[in-house]
Amino acid sequence: MSGVMTRASETLGRFGGVNLLPLWIALAAFLLIGVPSSWVTLTVAGLAMGMMVFLMASGLSLVFGLMDVLNFGHSAFVSFGAFVAATVLAALGGWLDGGPLLASAALACALIAAIAFGLAAGLFFERVIIKPVYRDHLRQILITMGALIVSEQIILAVWGGTPVTVPRPAFLEGAWIIGDVSIEIYRLFAFGLGALVFLGLILLLNRTRIGLLIRAGVENREMVESLGFKIDRLFIGVFMLGSALAALGGAMWAGYETLITPALGGEMMIVVFIVVIIGGLGSIEGTLLGALIVGLTANYVGYLAPKLALASNMILMMAILMWRPSGLRPAVK
Amino acid sequence: MMKDTYGTLAVKAAMALIAALLLFAPFLFQDVRAIEVAARICIFIVLVASYDLLIGYTGIVSFAHTMFFGFGAYGAAIALRQMGPGWDAVALGTLAGLGLSLVVATVIGLISLRVKAIFFAMITLAAASVVLVLASQLSQLTGGEDGITYRVPSLFKTATKLAVDEEGKVLRWFGVRLNGKLAAYYFVFFTSLVLFLLMLRITVSPLGTVLKAIRENEARAEAIGYRVVAYRTFVFCLSALVASLAGSVYSIWLKYTGPDTALSFAIMIDILLMVVIGGMGTMWGAVVGAVLMVMAQYYLRDLMGAASEATAGLPLLPELLAPDRWLFWLGILFILLVYFFPRGIVGTLMTRGVRA
Repeated sequence: MSGVMTRASETLGRFGGVNLLPLWIALAAFLLIGVPSSWVTLTVAGLAMGMMVFLMASGLSLVFGLMDVLNFGHSAFVSFGAFVAATVLAALGGWLDGGPLLASAALACALIAAIAFGLAAGLFFERVIIKPVYRDHLRQILITMGALIVSEQIILAVWGGTPVTVPRPAFLEGAWIIGDVSIEIYRLFAFGLGALVFLGLILLLNRTRIGLLIRAGVENREMVESLGFKIDRLFIGVFMLGSALAALGGAMWAGYETLITPALGGEMMIVVFIVVIIGGLGSIEGTLLGALIVGLTANYVGYLAPKLALASNMILMMAILMWRPSGLRPAVK
Repeated sequence: MMKDTYGTLAVKAAMALIAALLLFAPFLFQDVRAIEVAARICIFIVLVASYDLLIGYTGIVSFAHTMFFGFGAYGAAIALRQMGPGWDAVALGTLAGLGLSLVVATVIGLISLRVKAIFFAMITLAAASVVLVLASQLSQLTGGEDGITYRVPSLFKTATKLAVDEEGKVLRWFGVRLNGKLAAYYFVFFTSLVLFLLMLRITVSPLGTVLKAIRENEARAEAIGYRVVAYRTFVFCLSALVASLAGSVYSIWLKYTGPDTALSFAIMIDILLMVVIGGMGTMWGAVVGAVLMVMAQYYLRDLMGAASEATAGLPLLPELLAPDRWLFWLGILFILLVYFFPRGIVGTLMTRGVRA
């Protein structure tokens, strides 16, 4: 009973301590910015960016937590997702103008295509690239890096080096204007989708048998294996899911940027890594926390001190690592 | 004492041949492009060997090696640009690059070498990308994406005559003009040689043995009484300093420094490919890797252009064979090497052909 109590108080402490960090950042920014309307716009932008980055980062974090595999080629899924979605949207261009129903169908097709591609690519990647080098970090880093090089070259060969425009459905264009606050609709959509995925993941992890096995595997793989469960098979599933989420994140990001280049994956990879490090590897909640913090900071700093914007993520990571060397909410070991 | 295998003998013979070719390069290959290739090979041998100290000898994966290379290159370049072409500028710029590299390497090392290899790799990657962005942002100082051009000390100018004949024209030896370009090449060659030999000496010293012990079994090395974090940080700083020096030398040779020549992530990938293709954990591997890759960069594209035209009718293949896609094939080669020959060319070769 007392164990439960201490755990509850610990959870509460954590809840108050680390989980409110994005809120503190938002408050500090509010005081620094001083203009409420700009603050709202920036906060919405930051939350939307955070959610998209969360989509990209969650798979990476889970895969590492479960199998101690860090996939440096993860950003390839992001790029592929973006380009696959852009291609599907361009191909269904006629639907986009044909009323909200048809336009949403086109959007759904694009997102589903990205997810399907992510699943398939994840399966291939796990079987061919990662499986031979389980438990060998050096070769893992090298091989996934090699795979990243090859994937980037394939993207360049298929889609060329020139920027590709991504058409958006009309109902996601534009912004809502409330008073002097303007909120881009796409950002709300991105936030909503990200929140939905987060809830889905939480339910999957906390309310299902598979989720239980995944969490147990993160905690202690050998024990789960010795109880007779095939962690390897579970791992393929998690890897595919992670890749699909990355592809979905890439697709969302493509719609957000509306102009994408093959460098997209590489640029996002840095942010994704920083998020995963800040959040603590292996935990979905940590990743969400890290993503929101990074998204908000990036937008606030970009407004307050544009010159610092690019270094801000790095400084943030350094600061958090000094404070908590294994991230804000690590799940493992 | 074990007898060398035939493979080791072959490697040594190849080393002697490469050294001789590089030493006499200006006399053997009398066109501008070949000298560029030879100088680039010299620099990259040093750069890759210093990276091998990390990845091959100590088992640290860093993605920030080009960052240190860039510090050295930009240090010398900015000093030469601001102070004019003098030796004082070269010295000051090189020292500034070294100092910056040392500070950054120490900070990164002390903060993050305690953690798992994988964290370290991620942190160095993030640091390197921030520096890359900073370099293009601080365009007043670094010239941004365009980079900076500058003049170098007059000894290295092509117009400088090292020796003249009776008529006052530049003297020729075996048809090679003894001008500043030749001096610049030998400056690159001998600095690289000294740095390489220095690193070779370190790897066979007791320090090198400790590093290998850390790579093989960290806990045991710690238990024996070696302070693993201190050694790791030291070797990280050492390799950063060597990379920085190589960067300064390269910037003097090129008379131009920009993100593409000194800082871009493409160079990091080149270094990785070189060290893995050549063979990790052997200084000789760095030599083989650098020679093969630089040659491939300069000459493979021509070959691929021809192949692309030959397959023009087929789907996708011409795009994949286009000269710009050479990294695709090298990437596949890289993956296959890591699977099947993790010791690389040299490491694999050296274990073959055991002599009775």
